[in-house]
Amino acid sequence: MGGGGDDPLTIQREIERLQSEKTHIENRIALLQSRLAETVAREEERVSTTSSSPQSNGLSPESIYRYSRHLLLPSFGVDGQLNLLKSSILVVGAGGLGSPVAMYLAACGVGCLGIVDNDIVELNNLHRQIIHTEVYIGQPKVKSAAAACRAINSSVRVVEHEESLRAVNALDIVSKYDIVVDATDNVPSRYMISDCCVLLGKPLVSGAALGLEGQLTVYNYNGGPCYRCLFPTPPPTTACQRCSDSGVLGVVPGVIGCLQALEAIKIASVIGEPLSGRMLLFDALLSRVRIVKLRGRSLQCKACGEDSIFTHQLFQNFDYEDFTQFSLSDASRMNLSLLPETARVSSKDYKEKLENDEPHVLVDVRPAHHFKITALPKSMNIPLSTLGVELPTISSALSKLEESSGSPASLYVICRRGNDSQRAVEYLRNNGFTSVWDIIGGLESWAAEVDSNFPIY
Amino acid sequence: MTDETQVIDANGEAITTQEPTIRSKAEEPPVEVKVVFFARARDLTGLTDTSLKVPSGSTASDCLSKLFSEFPSLEEIRRSMILALNEEYVPETTVVKHKDELAIIPPISGG
Repeated sequence: MGGGGDDPLTIQREIERLQSEKTHIENRIALLQSRLAETVAREEERVSTTSSSPQSNGLSPESIYRYSRHLLLPSFGVDGQLNLLKSSILVVGAGGLGSPVAMYLAACGVGCLGIVDNDIVELNNLHRQIIHTEVYIGQPKVKSAAAACRAINSSVRVVEHEESLRAVNALDIVSKYDIVVDATDNVPSRYMISDCCVLLGKPLVSGAALGLEGQLTVYNYNGGPCYRCLFPTPPPTTACQRCSDSGVLGVVPGVIGCLQALEAIKIASVIGEPLSGRMLLFDALLSRVRIVKLRGRSLQCKACGEDSIFTHQLFQNFDYEDFTQFSLSDASRMNLSLLPETARVSSKDYKEKLENDEPHVLVDVRPAHHFKITALPKSMNIPLSTLGVELPTISSALSKLEESSGSPASLYVICRRGNDSQRAVEYLRNNGFTSVWDIIGGLESWAAEVDSNFPIY
Repeated sequence: MTDETQVIDANGEAITTQEPTIRSKAEEPPVEVKVVFFARARDLTGLTDTSLKVPSGSTASDCLSKLFSEFPSLEEIRRSMILALNEEYVPETTVVKHKDELAIIPPISGG
């Protein structure tokens, strides 16, 4: 902005941007006018039928009492609450972000609250997904979340969509709502939801959290950019960490989710300045919040750009998993197959070798903080990242063992799920180690097939 | 080493080739830019921030080239990140000033 100068292209773009903003504002005015007309009509009707009751503003006595603290806010008031009561909001994902979003949206009195999710509540969700309780473990998240929302506010219509939101069903589901909240946990869903909102003209309140950081912005609103404008190229899979791999401090998605609820409420009630064209960055470790001004809409954007040919049909057939090289199902999570069968043993085979006292060294290549969570007895922690410099440590452990046992010692490598162990074995084989095997499926398979008491995380 | 590098910004649009004349302004002292890393950029560099000394007249793109040669692992997020100068999106051709702050913001997708 600002220093654009007199370059005709820049001016042209600015005109186009302003025109799109103008259209958006005009649509908004038309919507508000129709709402106003509706409200006035209803008020007149009530005044004429119940002349002895208090002057009606469209709120029932119960609503006035329930939402009294909202109504007392001069900048929100009856109008804000009425707008909220008429709005419908879809929350995609009932996890760490979606928990506070759904709870606050139910509490504040949106007219209709939709929740989409296809997951089951698990014990390791509860430290952050505060909408769920222990009794719902094993049950669909949508059921648990909807029950919690109804318990908070029975006057809100809560719609359960117990399915994953995919390109094939997204247009159908999203079209029923005014505002969409992206509370998902993966890249393909983020592109898909953004594209869907562009096609249907819905504002998208997008939040994300991982580790000790969070991000928040509103896409496709008031002429602002969409997700693809900012990130036309998906990040490589190595850059897309999941909470189940990298960890997340429970309250971090909670903070971002609360802010998402706030942005959704602002848009629905038509107050304040939603976070469009800006991104909030939350740094829990340094206790810092920054707001960065984003680029405007990209005219070249494949979804919302001037020459975009993105249609409903193209959207429904678009393969988001292929586009992002990211699988949506945990089950089909990358199962690396680097090594020949002869370089691998199953966890059961390894158990046998343990029982036969086969002289061997077991190297666990997980990061040190994983090793502290749990480990197999007598395993030696050499994180994959330091393997290169620790080769002498392994050699000396092997030769010490060979000296004491008088027979050749083998080397086994294990990790959490059996991917890094293969990378390690490949590296070791390329660096002169011959009797070295990877334990297929890692500690997870050890827990599943050998020792059911072994902790999984 | 950095001046000839072609740089494509995160949206694949502006491809800028920097003129190698910048460094001839030998009289001017170099400018120091603070670089702040977020999310994956923190993992890749192991830092929350760093500082860069670049010749006076350098652009945001020059700073990135220097940064990527210092931290080659950042290449991973090169095409998928937000670049902000003093908390604001700018074209990579923008000239940086002393004490400016350049933020490298890859998207987070977790939830």
